[in-house]
Amino acid sequence: MQDFLQHFINGVSLGSIYALIALGYTMVYGILQLINFAHSDVYMIGAFSAYYGAMLLGFQNRPGIAALVILLFFAMAGCALLGFTIERLAYRPLRKAPKLNILITAIGVSLLLQYSGQVIFGADPKVFPSVLQDSVITEFLGVQLKVLDVAVLLVTFVMMLALHYLIYHTKVGRAMRAVSTNMNVASMLGVNSDRIISFTFALGSALAGVGSVLVGMKYPKIEPLMGMMIGLKAFVAAVLGGIGNIPGAVLGGLLMGLSEEMVVGYLSSTYRDALAFGILILILIFRPAGLLGRGGVEKV
Amino acid sequence: MKIPLLTLLGALVIGVGINFGTDAFIQLTLIYILINMILAMSLNLVNGFTGQFSLGHAGFMAVGAYSSGFLSTLIPPAEGPLQILYFLIYAGCGGLAAAIAGFLVGLPSLRLRGDYLAIVTLGFGEIIRVILLNTPSVGGARGMYGIKGPADWTLGEFTFSKFLFGYAHAIFWVIVCFIVIWRLMRSAHGRAFLSVREDEIAAEAMGINTTSAKVRAFVLSSFFAGIAGSIFAHYSNYLNPASFSFNRSVDAVIMVVLGGMGSLSGSLMAAAIITALPELLRPLQQMTGVDLRMVIYSLCLILLMILRPKGLMGNKELPSPWGWLKKKGAQHE
Repeated sequence: MQDFLQHFINGVSLGSIYALIALGYTMVYGILQLINFAHSDVYMIGAFSAYYGAMLLGFQNRPGIAALVILLFFAMAGCALLGFTIERLAYRPLRKAPKLNILITAIGVSLLLQYSGQVIFGADPKVFPSVLQDSVITEFLGVQLKVLDVAVLLVTFVMMLALHYLIYHTKVGRAMRAVSTNMNVASMLGVNSDRIISFTFALGSALAGVGSVLVGMKYPKIEPLMGMMIGLKAFVAAVLGGIGNIPGAVLGGLLMGLSEEMVVGYLSSTYRDALAFGILILILIFRPAGLLGRGGVEKV
Repeated sequence: MKIPLLTLLGALVIGVGINFGTDAFIQLTLIYILINMILAMSLNLVNGFTGQFSLGHAGFMAVGAYSSGFLSTLIPPAEGPLQILYFLIYAGCGGLAAAIAGFLVGLPSLRLRGDYLAIVTLGFGEIIRVILLNTPSVGGARGMYGIKGPADWTLGEFTFSKFLFGYAHAIFWVIVCFIVIWRLMRSAHGRAFLSVREDEIAAEAMGINTTSAKVRAFVLSSFFAGIAGSIFAHYSNYLNPASFSFNRSVDAVIMVVLGGMGSLSGSLMAAAIITALPELLRPLQQMTGVDLRMVIYSLCLILLMILRPKGLMGNKELPSPWGWLKKKGAQHE
């Protein structure tokens, strides 16, 4: 029981990070029906912009709330800018092109970011600045509740609340929902869909930036290829919850984190990567629209 | 049958020339080009002709490579000229194993469409890799050693080198793959594949069993991917699960798209370009001191998609050189 609770806490903390990254995939998919393969590398750039931002302001070794806020700011700003640029330069010229071409462009952007990352930042791993001092807050029934896990959960929770407010209670959020329902009708009714798409990319990328700081906080080692696996898993989480569905991405992320932590805890850690894809295949075979998604009938 | 045989003979003569004219590095690149040609053509059958987006081609290549390599450790090949027969048999078995894997993967997943299919095939490709990584009998993460490859064979003055055997083996399968897909696409089965690509609902309304057509295309494509894997295994004598990562599947997709979806000659050209380009850019790396090759490569990919979305050839084919020669001859008479 004790073990189970400990795995549960770790799983929720890992899952909330997956959820943050999955949100970026799902929002872009909801609007453009595009799997943004570059998202995982945007996440990587987020970690690096936080790293260089902290260097610039001399925050490498001064853990505290201020460091957390500053790193989050740098990562979110860097990612949002990058996401906006990618959409502008690579995806917008292809808005009317066949889906496959956009998908391949996304793979190309992903490769470009990875390899330019290796050239610019160097291929060797770097140590992420320490953000918060880790210590045990309380110990209940032998289960440790640590500062980092609580911080991850808190930051994720605040971000999700903000996102929820933005999407369901503001004008731009309503425009986003309109564009994702039907882009043509939305633009007929006066929504500037290009601007909304740019905004969605920036927003999703900023959330990936938050995820990168949280991961850097827990596992302080960053390198240009760090996005690949976590990106794929976050993507699986998005599909699991029903891609294009925002609550689904959160649910999927939490389920992914939990099941991964349980497999590592009770079975073997070598199969943790296969697990993600196993879940993916099962869900796609038995419920292709995801847990919360609704399957549409294709009309002629 | 005359044209393929003549092409095979012509290619073999060229191979003998390459054997004496170039060094081992160029020979290795050439073998990789031939392997990638098979990969690209077979993936084109699924992605280009049948219109299904598969991102797991490396997984089937891995199945072919490992089963063929494993077979060669059980039944070692004979010495001398007969070894080529053994390699053909290994390749056939590797291809069959990959085809079975393709059938098992394809049957449940080909009911899905578009992006979802891409994700599922990606997932299966990764799962195959993780399984290989965790199977001690094929070496696991250390990789698989001791795969028998082609060996030199001396006949009097003349030595048939390792390269010559590998080259003959590879070129044979390139031609077989080309002919099979070429003839297939001009048969009733091929028309069914094309109709699935053009409009799946309309094809179904016309009485084509679309799932079965897709599975057939997928199985044949996996078969040739397995063959490519087998050639790779025997020429490099060593296998590692890391060689069959997601990136190799992406490479195959890039070749198909660069050459043009639904153009076999385009796939051949693109395989040659994509394989040779990073090697050709090596001097640049020495000049600048940093590894810019892959940056340029990925940048080219994005620009290609934006500027020439149909690839080099679109869905057209190069005119056959044999037909062209015949026409020339007719004009002279």
